[in-house]
Amino acid sequence: MKGMNVIEMRAIVKQFGPLVANDHVNFDLHPGEVHALLGENGAGKTTLMRILYGLYQADSGEIKVKGKPVTIHSPKDAIANGIGMVSQHFTLVLPLTVAENIVLGYSKKATYTPKAVEEEVAKASAKFGVEVNPSALVKHLSVGERQRVEILKALYRNVNVLIMDEPTAVLVPQEVDVLFETLERLRKNGLSVIFISHKLYEVMKISDRITVLRDGKFVGTVKKSDTTERKLANMMVGRETFGVKRPDEACQGKPLLRLTNITAMDKKGLAALKDVSLDVCEGEILGVAGVSGNGQAELGHVLTGMLKPKSGKIILGEKDLTNAEPSAIFSAGVGRIPEDRHEGVVGELSVAENLALEDLPSFIKNGMLDKKAIRANAEKLIKDFQIKASPSDHARKLSGGNMQKVILARTLSKQPKLVIASQPTRGLDVGATEYVRKKLLEQRKRGAAVLLISEDLEEVMSISDRIAVMYEGRIVGILPASQATEEELGLMMSGVKEMAHEA
Amino acid sequence: MDATTFIVGLLAATLRVATPLIYGTLGELFSERSGILNLGIEGTMFFGSFVGFAVAYQTDSLWLGILAALIGGALAGLLMGVFSVSLGLNQHVSGLGITLLFTGLSLFLFRIIFGESQVQPSVDTFNRLPLFGNIPVLGEIFNQNILTYIGILLIPVVWWVLYRTNFGLNMRAVGENPEAADAAGLNVFRTRYVALAIGGALMAVGGAFLSLGDIGSFIFGIINGRGWVCIALIIFANWQPIGVLWGALLFGGVSALQLRLQTTGLNLPYEAFLSLPYVVTIIALAIAGRNATGPAAVLKPYKRE
Amino acid sequence: MKPKYQIVRQPAPSWVGPLLPILAVLVTFIITGIFLLMSHANPLEAIYYIMVSPLTSRVSALEVLVKATPLLLTGAAVTIAFASGYYNIGAEGQLYAGAMAAAWLGMIMGNLPPVLAIPLMLLGGFAAGMLWALIPALLKVKLSVDEVVTTLLMNSIIMFIVSAMLNGPWRDPASGWPQSAEIAASTELPRLFAGSRLHLGFIVALVMIALVWFILSRTSLGLRMRAVGLGKDAAKFMGVNVPRTTFITALLSGGIAGLAGVTEVAGIHFHLIDAISNGFGYTGIIAATLGGLNPIGSGVAAIFLGLIDTGSQSVSRAMGVSTYLGDVVQAVLLLVMLAVFLLKNYQIRRVE
Repeated sequence: MKGMNVIEMRAIVKQFGPLVANDHVNFDLHPGEVHALLGENGAGKTTLMRILYGLYQADSGEIKVKGKPVTIHSPKDAIANGIGMVSQHFTLVLPLTVAENIVLGYSKKATYTPKAVEEEVAKASAKFGVEVNPSALVKHLSVGERQRVEILKALYRNVNVLIMDEPTAVLVPQEVDVLFETLERLRKNGLSVIFISHKLYEVMKISDRITVLRDGKFVGTVKKSDTTERKLANMMVGRETFGVKRPDEACQGKPLLRLTNITAMDKKGLAALKDVSLDVCEGEILGVAGVSGNGQAELGHVLTGMLKPKSGKIILGEKDLTNAEPSAIFSAGVGRIPEDRHEGVVGELSVAENLALEDLPSFIKNGMLDKKAIRANAEKLIKDFQIKASPSDHARKLSGGNMQKVILARTLSKQPKLVIASQPTRGLDVGATEYVRKKLLEQRKRGAAVLLISEDLEEVMSISDRIAVMYEGRIVGILPASQATEEELGLMMSGVKEMAHEA
Repeated sequence: MDATTFIVGLLAATLRVATPLIYGTLGELFSERSGILNLGIEGTMFFGSFVGFAVAYQTDSLWLGILAALIGGALAGLLMGVFSVSLGLNQHVSGLGITLLFTGLSLFLFRIIFGESQVQPSVDTFNRLPLFGNIPVLGEIFNQNILTYIGILLIPVVWWVLYRTNFGLNMRAVGENPEAADAAGLNVFRTRYVALAIGGALMAVGGAFLSLGDIGSFIFGIINGRGWVCIALIIFANWQPIGVLWGALLFGGVSALQLRLQTTGLNLPYEAFLSLPYVVTIIALAIAGRNATGPAAVLKPYKRE
Repeated sequence: MKPKYQIVRQPAPSWVGPLLPILAVLVTFIITGIFLLMSHANPLEAIYYIMVSPLTSRVSALEVLVKATPLLLTGAAVTIAFASGYYNIGAEGQLYAGAMAAAWLGMIMGNLPPVLAIPLMLLGGFAAGMLWALIPALLKVKLSVDEVVTTLLMNSIIMFIVSAMLNGPWRDPASGWPQSAEIAASTELPRLFAGSRLHLGFIVALVMIALVWFILSRTSLGLRMRAVGLGKDAAKFMGVNVPRTTFITALLSGGIAGLAGVTEVAGIHFHLIDAISNGFGYTGIIAATLGGLNPIGSGVAAIFLGLIDTGSQSVSRAMGVSTYLGDVVQAVLLLVMLAVFLLKNYQIRRVE
């Protein structure tokens, strides 16, 4: 049995509509190893593991567990095959105790006593070396402690393969250390771990072997001892050259938007923005790059008035917009493109109504809605922005690209002084993506300041004048786009490299 | 009237008034703990008092009447499940629809069975069961019918089901985080259906207590908003069985006091007392504010992706 | 190979929408037909008496509108609230608040001419309904307390207040019954036609339906309200002040429901009784739901519900079936309609 792979995945293909998330991906797992699955956002890491855990079905390909071909239709099948998964979003019931969460759905008995269950969980905790307090309520635990509950929950079901999806994304550095110690212990006990990550230094620290995916394709599997962070970064982002249309001029205007020492909390009450300071000048595009979940979403929310910062200042020209409502931010001349398109339009309202809602006072005549003006405005914008829709269509019926054009039309037709664009091309096809980028460049040319928040590194590099990189809620560096290389940005984005602020 | 007689009478009446509320609120506790706000409670209690009475009248057996109420209430709960669980519809409107349906249905069927007769059909109610014989005070207070004793016993039983059985654990998990429960391999839909059926059955027995244990006949104002009282009490009880007991006793006590004070000729509008629990609940909600949210999944239909 | 059909989750073509209520009515009659068979009545005959016979005479046709009047108002009140994402279950209580105001004003305004008295009655009822909606609205906006439970509780509270007034200071000195003294003749809503109980309240109700339609579809407030109802976060993003809009919604809804109390006191009963509403506030929820939260649709539904109310009386007279058949039909219709509306989200596709 020696040397036999615990898991073998061969030529896995998974398509979502036109998008090929996994394109003939291979993956194998040795017993007792920590195997990192590395790749940029959208490289197909999570998709591959969701297939292994039965949350998705592969379109084609083969999965073998301990040499035997298996079909995995559900997490139940996966667990029966000894595969457990701890996903990024914990599936814990907060008001229940740790022990209750661990036995939930597993016990076949009709009754239980908390004491017996807690003892059993305490035993498992000692056996596996995963430290938890069985009688504590989950809602009182820190994120790191909750993660250990999730790990123990999987182990309690007698798995010998543990998939961890970006386990460090939610942890503070100290918790990461504890997690790594735990994983080390588990490995010594013979458990195999699949560790999904995009952070190079973590991968180098914890794993035995590393498989790199890029754009849904298998790039290669390497031993840690045979590689370096730089080599991995190349495998991860090393794309063919692309048509960079980088504007040459540096920031020449005066600073229009000034963010100083912004701190903000996310929905869970964790610090998402830590002391963020930024200037955006007139006539420049400042790109904010970073891996998903490093505070970009919250930065967008703070700037669009959807989230109140805890401290810090937001100044636009002379105006203080720090705690302004969305309507005040709009009237101050800020055009806003939200991260989630569905936050920018009301799906059940018509295109015309969505195009008018942000600026209603302009569409009132004699105290009534000026339906004619609303329709005329819609017709004009539909024509100007080539939106494939009629004014009376429900917005939800529009394709992603057209929905985005509705938001662009509403925002840009007002000639805003500042444009906040959060992930403006996410999920769009090539044509629509190009269109959006062209429009943003037009704004820049017109003299507007543009803040572009994007996880698409190519996008940030191709249209920004300067690039700020976010990592764990902080700006880890700002550099002129002309000096930025993918490799360097990649290292900054994964927290390996940090540079002094330069304006 | 001396003070002892007054207080003994008051306590005895308190237990009687509290009984249907205990059943109803425990029923709502099952629904809400599984994640469904069941506004069908008013109609389900009404249906229970009708079915219980009709069957008891026809068969001359009070216990068969209770059995019928149990079954009828469970069916009403399951129908609520069809709309709120399977179809994932708005729980407010579904629940009100269930109340309107079972209220109308009870009245309609009552007319079919008993016609438009002038004489109110009636049955002999459950016998009083003095627990402490002729012992003064205790004997007089605990001279209730069996349904009241069962209702009080149900409080620890429901607590035990909720906190000492795997079904209770599953129900709590489903009511708080159906996604997590599903991921742990529980059947969210089945758990909710079972909880709604048990809940409906308990509500219906609460209604049947009024027709078979208290009044001895089925009158159209028999529930008179008691279901809505239970909706208030469950919040007051903070979704805990023991809280249900205290809430029901408090409400029962206030109502009973009001009845007593009326007979003493005290000139205070009794309605002031009756509305007190509602007012207290609203104040409690205002104070608890955002925190007075019971099980987290209530009102959110669960759909699998 | 035989073509196969598959149900997919895609919005159904738009012509399906208007057919759904018709489908719902058909299914409702099939279900209630079973109950009719239980009472040994011919379902088809019963349907005739419910749906058609009230329309065969002028007086009974007008009586349909009499029955529909409070439902038009509570339906409009619920429509504007639900369409704006505020689940006002309190139309019943707000109706009683309006009824109390009407009874009180009717007692004290005997000296005013009808031209003044009647508008004051309506204003008073509207204001009282708003006042009764105020506490849940404030709790919702300021403290995020769920409005469903609070409005429901407020319904019960006002019933006790009405009962206390009728058994106390307002007890009719003439009859001794627990009902308020008759309102002054000058405050009664005038009849519209000789020989029918149809009164000015019906016109008021139509005006309110039109007003709700106007607000929702022709004013910026209405657009904001709908935006909040259809997508709270997106509305906030686009600069809508969500709490203020919700607050205005709640008060408007309460005011309109309050008017239903005025029409029943000043148009039908001429004094306040504690059974002034036969659950009209709740039936308003049926009307609004059947009407797809559209004020015109809700108006049509209210008249249809009025027809069922009237028809259930004629079916009772003609066939001896209990009038409660009407309640059953209305409730079944609501539940069936809720389920049938889901069909809007599905298509049947042919797959080769």
